Amino acid sequence: MGLEYVRISPGFEKYMPRDYVDLVKYGPFGKQVDVMQMGQFKELVEEHPMCAGCYMAYFIRVFYAALPNPEDTIVLGTAGCARLALSQAAVPFIYGNYGDTNAVASGLKRALSIRFPDKVKDVVVIAGDGGLIDIGFGMTMHSWFRREKFTTIMVDNEVYGNTGGQESGMSPKGIQLKMAPLGKKFDKINAVELAKTAGCVYVARISPTNPKRIAKTIRRAILAARHFGPTFIHAYTSCNIEYSIPTREVLADARKREKQDFKFYEWMTDEVKEFFEELERKEKQEVKK
Amino acid sequence: MAEKNPIQPGPEGYIPTPASFQGCDLPPPGKALLYGEIVDEETAMREAAKALLTRKNPTIFPGPLVLWGWNADAMEKAKAVLELAMEIPNCRIIPMPDYRPKYPKIDPEAEINPNHPNLTILHNRIEVCIFVGVHCHYANLSLRMIRAGTNCYTIALCGEMGHEDAMVSLRDVHADEIRRFRDVLVEVRKEMGIEWEPKLPPENPSLPKEEWVKVSPLDFGEYAYLLIPRRGEIVEESE
Repeated sequence: MGLEYVRISPGFEKYMPRDYVDLVKYGPFGKQVDVMQMGQFKELVEEHPMCAGCYMAYFIRVFYAALPNPEDTIVLGTAGCARLALSQAAVPFIYGNYGDTNAVASGLKRALSIRFPDKVKDVVVIAGDGGLIDIGFGMTMHSWFRREKFTTIMVDNEVYGNTGGQESGMSPKGIQLKMAPLGKKFDKINAVELAKTAGCVYVARISPTNPKRIAKTIRRAILAARHFGPTFIHAYTSCNIEYSIPTREVLADARKREKQDFKFYEWMTDEVKEFFEELERKEKQEVKK
Repeated sequence: MAEKNPIQPGPEGYIPTPASFQGCDLPPPGKALLYGEIVDEETAMREAAKALLTRKNPTIFPGPLVLWGWNADAMEKAKAVLELAMEIPNCRIIPMPDYRPKYPKIDPEAEINPNHPNLTILHNRIEVCIFVGVHCHYANLSLRMIRAGTNCYTIALCGEMGHEDAMVSLRDVHADEIRRFRDVLVEVRKEMGIEWEPKLPPENPSLPKEEWVKVSPLDFGEYAYLLIPRRGEIVEESE
């Protein structure tokens, strides 16, 4: 981790696969790329085995383009769809056991701050609704109670998509799924309010329809976690297979849900708000110069 | 009672018995492993050199600890690896830049992936290889897979304590030790009467970057219709 880890040893440039040479030359390491430039730089994740039309794959692609410090970031994931793409990205990835991602991330973040006291190291957990709010609920909550300084992103597809379509705590009330034909009898868990109550300093709910806004939210969550405490993003990433959404309607579905129950919502503590105001003021001044 | 010289080139078959279960211990400092037995470094180096000079398609698989210049030692070690490669006749370098699983597939001529090293070895018909700069856990994984599924002779130049699953394993190998191994190899080469002018191995044959401006939909033959749908048509199937 660090920029020195993305520098090819002298003499080996002509023995490296083209993919890696491009990553060093045209990748986002050591520079701040704009998510709207996607396609003009070498991205951190390209090939992945996720389903055609998967909205989670799109979200993950934008996530990697939005990282403020990709060379000093470690991503954690768990069983579920997201790790299929996360593990193939050019950023260190740790596969936690199902449900323990936030416990692993807590230890990792503490270890990194001891091992590299002078460096900024970002830790980001990306897991599904099952990994974070169902099976990983206890460890997720306790990492927030302990005010661990890392970001948790829940890619909520509202179903256990990998295992055939069982309902999760995040499935909407009344929904019938392939392995839950009777329909869900309970409401969707309000993860955002839980995160606020549990001590997160920055919380956002997003339906990823606008890449610029996704990037801004991810960046803010990571920067706030770096300085203040736990942060949480609840992102709607539909499962077009289990919810039978035709590929061409995936974006329309995200827009529809945005209007219904995934309206963009952002909350932060006063000190985080002040921090961003100051940061954005400085950035604007630099642009003017 | 442990079998004598139990670690031989494979294929051993699916899930071979781990070398440690066959009574092979890691060598103490100053010693090396040869076919699972603890021997002097010199003996192991000479045997490894003979394999590199006599078996087909000798290849070096440098790992991330060598390929990435993350500190001065790594860069020096990388230099030493290139010096070694120059002395091995018809040697190739196929890198293992990281350990991420790569699906749907890798280019076996351009890289080796520790999760399926046999693809690169079988594709290139490699009968002898050197692992250097690969983190221990992935070296163990790969070496055992190679022994299970291929007839490749494996040589591990380990910076730590060595690997039982390799046919030859040297321990505490850094730049100086690699240069020592190079000298032994040159000596053995001369003894065997093999003439070789030192030269760098061929470059990585990765395909040149696709230039989209030059690609025409017609290049996709019968699949061209997937790229240029008719007016109002929405293509959902990609395969």
